[in-house]
Amino acid sequence: MSSELPTWKEIPIAGTILEPGNSVKYKTGDWRTFRPVIDQEKCVRCLFCWAYCPDAAVKIVEKPYRTQSGREYQFSVEIDYDYCKGCGICANECPAKAIQMVEEVK
Amino acid sequence: MPERYYKSLRDLPKEEYLASGHRLCAGCAAGTIIRHLLKVAGPNTIVVTATGCLEVATTPYPLTAWRVPWIHVAFENAASVASGVEAAIKALQRKGLIDPSKRINIIAIGGDGGTYDIGFQALSGMLERGHKVMYLLYDNEAYMNTGIQRSGGTPQFAWTTTTPAGRVWKGKHQPKKPISDIVAAHRIPYVATANPAYVLDMVNKFRRALEVEGPSFVHVIQPCPTGWRFDPSKSIEIAKLATETGMWINWELDHGEFRVTVPVPKRKHVKHYIRAQGRFRHLTDEDIEKIQEYINKEVERINKLVGKEVIGPLAE
Ligand SMILES: Cc1ncc(C[n+]2csc(CCOP(=O)(O)OP(=O)(O)O)c2C)c(N)n1
Ligand code: SF4
Ligand code: SF4
Ligand code: SF4
Ligand SMILES: [Mg+2]
Repeated sequence: MSSELPTWKEIPIAGTILEPGNSVKYKTGDWRTFRPVIDQEKCVRCLFCWAYCPDAAVKIVEKPYRTQSGREYQFSVEIDYDYCKGCGICANECPAKAIQMVEEVK
Repeated sequence: MPERYYKSLRDLPKEEYLASGHRLCAGCAAGTIIRHLLKVAGPNTIVVTATGCLEVATTPYPLTAWRVPWIHVAFENAASVASGVEAAIKALQRKGLIDPSKRINIIAIGGDGGTYDIGFQALSGMLERGHKVMYLLYDNEAYMNTGIQRSGGTPQFAWTTTTPAGRVWKGKHQPKKPISDIVAAHRIPYVATANPAYVLDMVNKFRRALEVEGPSFVHVIQPCPTGWRFDPSKSIEIAKLATETGMWINWELDHGEFRVTVPVPKRKHVKHYIRAQGRFRHLTDEDIEKIQEYINKEVERINKLVGKEVIGPLAE
């Protein structure tokens, strides 16, 4: 990354950062030792995981889902593994026990 | 009942104005709190942040997690800078350089060190001058960013690196300073306490705080896995225990009207909260009873203020 850094003559005055939200260039997913895995069958779409995640790593996606017992959902909830730090809050708070923390192994 | 702008999590904006990629520790509830603050505030918002974990972890140059205009000047002066921003916006609106009907939220954010202690003078001045600024205190009960030093917000008996636990000391000697009561004594339009485990209560308070004319203050408890010594997955569970035990009472004071917004019909014993955290591991059962007595008195005081039993008796 250092080779891409601007020189002191090029950086904006007062260290202003001109690109809002450019922290997304820094992927925090590699901090993780356990990954949350959502079971779409068990998920009741309550959005607690989405609300509590400190890293905005739970996404509400427009993927309709029909469970085996016939329940229809207009959307699904998915983890963004680029940024999920594996804290486990989502799994701990999920009222349906739909999230498993699975060890990251190569 | 407090205003209910948001009735379910589905009512919350989907937009994220605090981007992923910030470097708060895994499980840091500050991320949860600020995400929701910005969802409620929306894009027409200017944020001023004192230094502390939030400032450092969201803006490692040349990156920023903020998707709204954001400024940091120093540790002690977030409220002064926010006052200046508000005055500048007013002047630009008077001159017609910014549409005078445009509502621009100005939010100052400080940690407990930055609010109870070093930024207090700036905060008091801002409140007294009556700037229309919302001040958010995220309270992780120590100076976390510099390695867990005690602050005016650290609770009694908590271990920190400057209030060690050993044969002579049992962590911090003094109880937590009642900062929100002190802020309320400034007679500003809106003061509230909130807890990220109770997201809907918290976001409705954020919304109200941004809406009132004049200064407002919201004090949010922020469990910190690193400094409180617990597993990152427990941040919200511990936040919830704080309210279930009466250690943290969620209230609001809206134009002089006081309400407890999260009643607790039956209280859990405080040991459930204390034993979940390593910063209290040196305490004996008798020490914990002292904390319990302190809470009992506080609950009695609050119930008297409300005029009925909103926080119930000890049940487990
Ligand atoms: C005048 C001044 N003194 C000390 C510091 C060093 N400092 C930076 S962050 C910090 C701790 C902040 O504590 P708090 O406000 O509780 O926020 P937290 O880090 O806990 O989120 C300190 C002491 C500083 N930046 N400026
Ligand atoms: S908390 Fe559990 S049930 Fe609720 S949306 Fe998330 S995965 Fe689904
Ligand atoms: S493990 Fe933590 S960071 Fe990852 S999605 Fe769940 S709450 Fe978010
Ligand atoms: S030390 Fe605590 S407050 Fe600071 S980023 Fe880590 S968890 Fe958050
Ligand atoms: Mg702090």
